[in-house]
Amino acid sequence: MPFKCRFNIAGLALFAALLLLWEFYSRTAGLETYLPPPSAALKALFEPPMARALFGHLLETLGRFVGGYFLAAALAVGLGVVLGYSRVAYSFAEVIIELLRPMPSVAIIPVAILCLGIGDAMMIAVTVYAAAWPILLNTIDGVRNIDRTLLDTGRTFGLGRWRILREVALPAAAPYIATGLRVSLPIALILVTTSEMVAGADGLGYFILDEERSMRPANMYAGIAIVALLGYALNRLFLVLEGRALAWRSGMRIRGEM
Amino acid sequence: MPLLEVDALCKSYGGSNGPATLAIENISFQVERGEFVALVGPSGCGKTTLLMCIAGLTAPSAGRVAVKAKTVDRPPPDLVLVFQEYNRSLFAWRTVLGNVLFGLEAKGRSGKAAEERARRLLGLVGLEGFERHYPWQLSGGMQQRVAIARALAYEPEVLLMDEPFGSVDAMTRLELEDALLALWKDLGTTILLVTHDIEEAIYLSDRVHVLARRPSRLVETVQVPLARPRNQLATRAEPTFMELRNEIYRRIANAV
Amino acid sequence: MKGGASQMNGVIALLAVMAAWEIVARIGLLNPLLFPPLSRILGSFFSLIASGEIPGQIASSMERAASGYFLAAAVFIPLGVAMGLFERVYRALEIAIETLRPIPPPVVIPVAMLFFGIGDGMKIFVIFFSCAWPILLNTIDGVRNIDHLLVDTARTFGLKRGQTILKVVLPAAAPQIMTGLRISLSITLILVVISEMVGSSDGIGYFILNTQRRLKIDQMYAGMLALALLGYTLNQAFLFLSRRLLHGR
Repeated sequence: MPFKCRFNIAGLALFAALLLLWEFYSRTAGLETYLPPPSAALKALFEPPMARALFGHLLETLGRFVGGYFLAAALAVGLGVVLGYSRVAYSFAEVIIELLRPMPSVAIIPVAILCLGIGDAMMIAVTVYAAAWPILLNTIDGVRNIDRTLLDTGRTFGLGRWRILREVALPAAAPYIATGLRVSLPIALILVTTSEMVAGADGLGYFILDEERSMRPANMYAGIAIVALLGYALNRLFLVLEGRALAWRSGMRIRGEM
Repeated sequence: MPLLEVDALCKSYGGSNGPATLAIENISFQVERGEFVALVGPSGCGKTTLLMCIAGLTAPSAGRVAVKAKTVDRPPPDLVLVFQEYNRSLFAWRTVLGNVLFGLEAKGRSGKAAEERARRLLGLVGLEGFERHYPWQLSGGMQQRVAIARALAYEPEVLLMDEPFGSVDAMTRLELEDALLALWKDLGTTILLVTHDIEEAIYLSDRVHVLARRPSRLVETVQVPLARPRNQLATRAEPTFMELRNEIYRRIANAV
Repeated sequence: MKGGASQMNGVIALLAVMAAWEIVARIGLLNPLLFPPLSRILGSFFSLIASGEIPGQIASSMERAASGYFLAAAVFIPLGVAMGLFERVYRALEIAIETLRPIPPPVVIPVAMLFFGIGDGMKIFVIFFSCAWPILLNTIDGVRNIDHLLVDTARTFGLKRGQTILKVVLPAAAPQIMTGLRISLSITLILVVISEMVGSSDGIGYFILNTQRRLKIDQMYAGMLALALLGYTLNQAFLFLSRRLLHGR
């Protein structure tokens, strides 16, 4: 978010006005079944039994997210480096990659249910599949685009293949890999929540759907707010970590060099 | 025994899809330990390709390069090439000091002693105070000095330099030439430097090999009997300097 | 590696994988229930196309997808232009947008179900909501990044505001707007599938899930194949159109 928004009076005012309008309209027009007032949703968030249940679901979702995301990262970065480095390996994989790419990752959910039943394993598996794609493609791109001169520099200093990979290639490709990791963050969250909705028994995705089915919209909105906060927090966390790891790049960016 | 030997080196490209282009034709010369030798020729005459072959980064099509009598078929451990495009060769993710340290790490040296040595080298190239900067924060001339310091940190017996002062302004160029001569005298490294600037070649070296273009071949070797230490004003004003310059210029003009 | 050779490698790899699948499924190494032989899947695929089943499901999905997608474009491109041009509009809406943006699109489905049941309206709403951000943000970006010189040029020729927007701003921001539309295209496809899996009685997403539940596995894979082909076709069509519209920019 730009710094200016801290003093964004107009924006805050509009936002507050919308919330108040919602609150008022919902109470007077008797729309509680569809559009409960925001105050009701807030109440649901903080009432002990509901709050505890929500927290439990949050942990479930978070757990699956962490499992899926990091597994995807490990697999995709590893595979991406291999395919980016070796023209031969990539030429074999390319057609298969281009065939699988156009299929939306969510279509894999029924297959996963078939093979793994409904449970954490299935949800993590689909998350890994979906989140791996951006990481894989960006990693391949990054490794392929490493400047030859950098690799030659490593070689002229007598470095062997492995040292060049570790000390020259990976740092040089790091910005691209970071982009892939950043893009797949919301994708992983989407897949966890989707698989919870389609075939889950707990987790925020399941909770939200279940509350809707049970005609408790206030709880549903509360759940949505939690998911949104979760997504926001994860994104912020990532940006902070990326900023630290790629500190050398932030200056270049500001100067407009990258 | 010469430290560096180039023997009937040839390099051609293409050939599988169409006729092959001969980039380098039968170049031979030797460099003794401690010498400063310059290769001069017009741009596009394959000087970079020649250096890449000598550095073991590209394989020649014919002929042989030997360092300390060992044939070069991969980057030799006693030799380092300083690239022309220094901004693409410096590591953006390391500080200035980090880049110079890389040269030491490549030789397996690390720790306090290595850091001391890296700092000293940065001082020698006139960059004290910039250790914690990142390459992008430096001007072109300063970046090139980092690249040179990094190469020297490796303590190579042979230093290859590809148009090291090509992209800096005239004043910085003269400063860097003198800095390089001081380092050469200090460290005793053998230097082979490629440039398109005839006067620079004469000013710096003991001997100039003149290259023609398309294909690249050695058309003349000119000894440079000028006294050392060299001086930007005095040396360049000597009549011998002028004669050498004219000779080389004529040779290049005729050969093209 | 030359083009011909590398393409050969790719084709070889593909054929190898296909052959492996066929053999492994037939000899029962992999559970044939989970992984039927490729030949049977392809057979299902072609017969489902011939019978009109798959085309029908795809048509249903596409109706909803198109409605949501074009509705989103019609609403959020003009909104994005307004926000890009007028800082005050941007600041006013900024907080509302930043609050709604982190909501993962699928969780909007229950909300939509609340209002629209499980009919087309639900899916259109979900797609509309999800396409909002890529289209809106890219449009804002595209408009903001226009070289001011272009706008000044228009003014120097005496163009009025409306004409400037139509003749200068939109064309100049077009490449970036196209990027937003392209991203939204894949999001649309993803969400139409998800929303059909969660609550629907037809559509390709529903078809894939339903055939899995009824254990008609070869039909399930056939559906996935159809979906992949659909995705590919849409992408190619989009690239073709955008190249035409942007004249190669």
